[in-house]
Amino acid sequence: MNWIVRNLWLIPMLPMVAAGIIAVTKRKGRMLAASLAIGSMSLSFLLSVWAFAHVVLLRNQGQIDLQVWNFRWFQFGNEWVSLGWILNPLTAVMVVMVTFVGLLIFIYSIGYMAHDENFTRFFGFLALFAAAMLGLIVANSLLLLFMCWEIVGLTSYLLIGFWYSNPRAAAASKKAFLTTRIGDLPFFLGIVWLYSKSGTLLFYNGGTGCLEPMSLEHLVAQRTTIGMCVATGIALLIFCGAVGKSGQFPLHVWLPDAMEGPTPVSALIHAATMVAAGVFLVARVYPLMSAHALVHGAVSTSAALQVVTWVGSITALFGALIAVAQYDIKRILAYSTISQLGYMMMGLGVGGVSVGMFHLITHAFFKSLLFLGAGSVIHGCSGEQDIRRMGGLGKLMPFTFATYAVGMLALCGFPLFFSGFWSKDEILHAAHVWDLSQIPFYMGAFAALLTAFYMARQMYYVFAGSTRLEVGEAHGDGANATAGMEHEHGPVPHESPAVMTVPLMTLAGCTLLLGFLGTPAWPWFQSFLEDTRLRVDFGAFAREGMFPVMISSSLIVFLGLGLGWWFYGREPVDAADAPDHLGRRVPAIFAVLGHAFYMDALYDKTFVRANIAFSRISTWLDRWVWNGAVQIVRYGTLAFAHMDSFIDNHVVNGAFDEGCEGVSRSGQILAKLQTGRVQSYLKVIGVALIVFTALLLWRANA
Amino acid sequence: MSGFPWISVLTLVPIAGAIVVLAVGAASHTVVRRTALGFSLIALALTLLLWYGFHPEANGYQYQEMHPWISMLNANYHVGIDGLGLLMLLLSAIVTPIGMLASRQVERQVSLYFALMLLLQACLFGTFTALSFIHWFIFWEMGLIPAFFLVRLWGGPKSAKAAMQFLVYTMVGSITMLMSFLAIFLATRSFDFVDIGRMAQSGRLMPEIVARLGWHLLTPEHTAMVIFAGVFLGFAVKVPVIPFHTWLPLTYTEAPTGTTILLTGAMSKMGLYGFLRILLPCFGVQMQHVLTPLLWLAVATIVLSAYTAWAQTDLKRMFAYSSINHLGYCILAIFAVAKFTGTDAGLMSQKFAAMDGVFLQMFNHGLTAATLFWFIAMLEKRSGGVRGLNDFGGLRRVMPVFTGLMGIALFSSLGLPGLNGFIGEFLIFKGSFPLVTWATALSVLGLLITAIFILGILQRVFYGALPEVWAQLPDLTVGERLSLVPVIGLMFVLGLYPQLVLGVVNHTAMQMALTLRNF
Amino acid sequence: MNPLTGYVFLSALLFAVGLAGALTRRNAMLVLIGIELMLNAANLNFIAFWRYGPHPEALTGVMFVIFSIGVAAAEAAVGLSIILAVYRHSKTTNLDEMDSLKG
Repeated sequence: MNWIVRNLWLIPMLPMVAAGIIAVTKRKGRMLAASLAIGSMSLSFLLSVWAFAHVVLLRNQGQIDLQVWNFRWFQFGNEWVSLGWILNPLTAVMVVMVTFVGLLIFIYSIGYMAHDENFTRFFGFLALFAAAMLGLIVANSLLLLFMCWEIVGLTSYLLIGFWYSNPRAAAASKKAFLTTRIGDLPFFLGIVWLYSKSGTLLFYNGGTGCLEPMSLEHLVAQRTTIGMCVATGIALLIFCGAVGKSGQFPLHVWLPDAMEGPTPVSALIHAATMVAAGVFLVARVYPLMSAHALVHGAVSTSAALQVVTWVGSITALFGALIAVAQYDIKRILAYSTISQLGYMMMGLGVGGVSVGMFHLITHAFFKSLLFLGAGSVIHGCSGEQDIRRMGGLGKLMPFTFATYAVGMLALCGFPLFFSGFWSKDEILHAAHVWDLSQIPFYMGAFAALLTAFYMARQMYYVFAGSTRLEVGEAHGDGANATAGMEHEHGPVPHESPAVMTVPLMTLAGCTLLLGFLGTPAWPWFQSFLEDTRLRVDFGAFAREGMFPVMISSSLIVFLGLGLGWWFYGREPVDAADAPDHLGRRVPAIFAVLGHAFYMDALYDKTFVRANIAFSRISTWLDRWVWNGAVQIVRYGTLAFAHMDSFIDNHVVNGAFDEGCEGVSRSGQILAKLQTGRVQSYLKVIGVALIVFTALLLWRANA
Repeated sequence: MSGFPWISVLTLVPIAGAIVVLAVGAASHTVVRRTALGFSLIALALTLLLWYGFHPEANGYQYQEMHPWISMLNANYHVGIDGLGLLMLLLSAIVTPIGMLASRQVERQVSLYFALMLLLQACLFGTFTALSFIHWFIFWEMGLIPAFFLVRLWGGPKSAKAAMQFLVYTMVGSITMLMSFLAIFLATRSFDFVDIGRMAQSGRLMPEIVARLGWHLLTPEHTAMVIFAGVFLGFAVKVPVIPFHTWLPLTYTEAPTGTTILLTGAMSKMGLYGFLRILLPCFGVQMQHVLTPLLWLAVATIVLSAYTAWAQTDLKRMFAYSSINHLGYCILAIFAVAKFTGTDAGLMSQKFAAMDGVFLQMFNHGLTAATLFWFIAMLEKRSGGVRGLNDFGGLRRVMPVFTGLMGIALFSSLGLPGLNGFIGEFLIFKGSFPLVTWATALSVLGLLITAIFILGILQRVFYGALPEVWAQLPDLTVGERLSLVPVIGLMFVLGLYPQLVLGVVNHTAMQMALTLRNF
Repeated sequence: MNPLTGYVFLSALLFAVGLAGALTRRNAMLVLIGIELMLNAANLNFIAFWRYGPHPEALTGVMFVIFSIGVAAAEAAVGLSIILAVYRHSKTTNLDEMDSLKG
């Protein structure tokens, strides 16, 4: 076995060790922490590249490119629970992406977090996150994956709540952890169910793994009580975890709030990597997801994947709709992320692993680019996040503007030169040729239109016109703790330092180039992931309605951008408090969208309140029913004791006392006879003598 | 495994310690504390020696000692340990020093306090090693005495009520259990767990009881059920299982925190130990008869206690309910194991998993709960006894190390992978889900609610704005950090390498699951 | 008339006299004398019934009387010493004033 496969664990372990060392570093060890985190990440990146090259090499040699290394962890009964790591194209692509994007964001963070007092801690958490995320990717066991999954959730919690003294950050971090945990619990049940059915949680293990045909056939053959096949049941439970982690409808509510965290965190965790873990999970267990269809072949898409598709397409549209009416620069991006994650899910559902994964990879680059750009803007505007108070930054922050524009066009799917175009187009194409329904396609297309529109809106707000940033305004938004921390400079917007712009430009470069790895004419990415023959074929554009889809999606993008210009570009926004140009036209709809369909309020009124009510009920039960029963027993016992004591005092003791009294009284009576005078006794004796004598005489005579 | 009476010596060490501590009572508090701690550490060292010398793969009990005792009752002094006993010994030995370290606030009658702590430890050791009912029961009951006085004399304002409730409540359970055991004794003429277990597994126990104690009003099944109910109540109160838990929140809250550590860390395990050692091998059939209500009890224990914990505002009370919740998972798994008796390999695998999970969970809960109460003790010491959830805020600013370490303990309690709590819960769910699917699926709710209130603690105590009052709160001292390191370290070690414990207890778990095979 | 009847009458008279004395006198000495009279009446009966009874050859009556006189003497000695002791204590021999044993 190749060295890199055996030592794949080093990729997550290096950041883990760094995190461990940073955890015991004093607050002042800023440089040590940053260099440890970045150093370990660079090494991991090099190892990832090595692993990637190894897989590519194997692929080119035509050998099996799925390699696993398993080991036994602990035993129960006669069995051992094994863990392991896996190296296949999916892993290779993901580790390279995560380490590369992660590395850039780490570097960017040096600049962004430069003035934060908990700088050291920040890098510790980041390194821990990277370790867990990489562990999740290389895991060859659903158990190991779940463990890393949870730790990733923990670091997300810690980093969202990084500015802990801000109550909103504290609440957001809690919300994020709990909402994802709601998804994780069905996931957890899915894991134990899968374990009990297939006897192993290893994905691949030389034919006996749970994702290998033998186990899958076994799972498909069995039925649950409600008639669904077990494989589908398990797949749906696992998908619940992905719904939570990837912010899919209806568990998306945590992701916008997660923007309370520092911007590099938003970029790394809540845009590029962690939220994509759900998509990655579905891709990883894809054989299970599609097992039903694979074995039976009757339907092209298994029930589980249909659910994935629908959830994904609803989310894609839903996120895009809400993003239109947001004012916070990061919240717009957050809703955009939700929408894009929906795209990925949809891609997985309709097209397969490579379709979803390609969008995941390109999205990771352009969305982290957008977030870092937003961070740079926020940094430059002294912590201001409201796009109504920005404006005119295009001239003041040229590098940021240029890179942001690249990211924005990629996100919109601007034709030909931007990676987002190729990946999104592929999803739309797959949805178009899906044989079950066309509705996901139309939903996706409409979401694409909205995407172009809201990004154009954001660009015009932020970069066009003249600056609306007011002196001291940044601090006026009191609860915003970021203001104090991120702000060191004057109120005039300014370009960020090189340590921040260089990662931006690198990411922008990747955003431009990556798309060409997956064009229909030269689908390297797809062939790499799905092991098909690769060749240059410009004829692919003509197949299966590819060209019309490309044209129409391009038109949609132009239409969206045009609408954006129509509403916000024609007459620039001139005042911070001016009403939104779109909101002016359709205020009611705009308000609903602005409040994200009132989902938070709905959940507050229903689930949260129901649970709080139930906790009150259970406290009440505890206090009055359980304790009440005990108290009743207690009072019953007490009453019995009192009764017993009454009987004791009044019946038993009373009778005894009465007896004594009687004896004493009769004694008193007798004592009266005891005159103490000898002669009175003598009289009695005399009388008795006479009486007895008389009796005797009378008897003798009779 | 020479003839040396290791277990008797181990039980005597804390007793000797108690005497010595009382003898040096006049000396300074520091001397008393150190002496007591020293004895508890000697006990820990002895336990580690036992651990080292234990043969994990051997059948039956090890380090056995058997002496005739009361010949009239056919009672022997019979002690010995298997994997479970060893694990519980180790837990008691770890928890006691923690309880002592967390008893810094005790200022009155210090020597008596520590002597009682040591006595309690001796009773724990006795309970976990006894193999004959008579002296098992003596230790079981005797443990109440130091516990009662610890709660009564050093407890909070409502300690009189708490101590009384605790004592009376557990006494009631003990008495019903004693009655049941007398019934068993009258039928079998034996008090030995090993013998009784063997009889039960060969299916002779219940018929014999019924034959000897023919009770006109009751059918044989009902007689057996009454006897089972008596034993069940004794253990259910101790664990506790809802609705027999109402003594616990008050006792844990009012007891001095050092004592609470012992109560939750080790004493609550006595109930579970009884479930495993006595109820499961002897009353499997009866448990199967009433399995559905029992499962409801387990689910109620898990879910209701979690919800109730969420609604509390006193940190100690919160963890008291959380403790009920965590042990509820063990109860669930034990009932799940009792459900089927077949020898099907797939079924056995689930049972083994559940059983191993119970063992791990028992140990981990002891460790984690003890540590959490320890943190509360340190917080109380700094805040002058204040421990309300809403009295704090933003403590992370002034106590970063405290926050970090307590955060680790909290997440361990939440069941975060990588820390000790996870593997036990995973194995319990893994084993229980196929056996009792719906009960297990409902119990998952407990995991969610636990997360909610634990994050609530973090949010309200450590996050947010720092009130002026606490601005000068000192962080952990070097000594405190050093004493916390082994415990927190153990959490990580067990989270990452559970084989350390499983390797030792697995064989016992298998034996226990197998004993259920043939009745 | 049978001589026995005469003796019995005498004895009855003597007894009645003694009893009357014992009951009516207030002085303890005189009560004691009354009792002695009653005793002697009894002795007289013993002697008389022996002498005129069916078995005069057996000396039973005499034996009884001798013992009885002995006992009477002892009793008189005890009685007199009690009376002396009481007198020393309370300076009276009036029986009506001696009621400290009253119940």
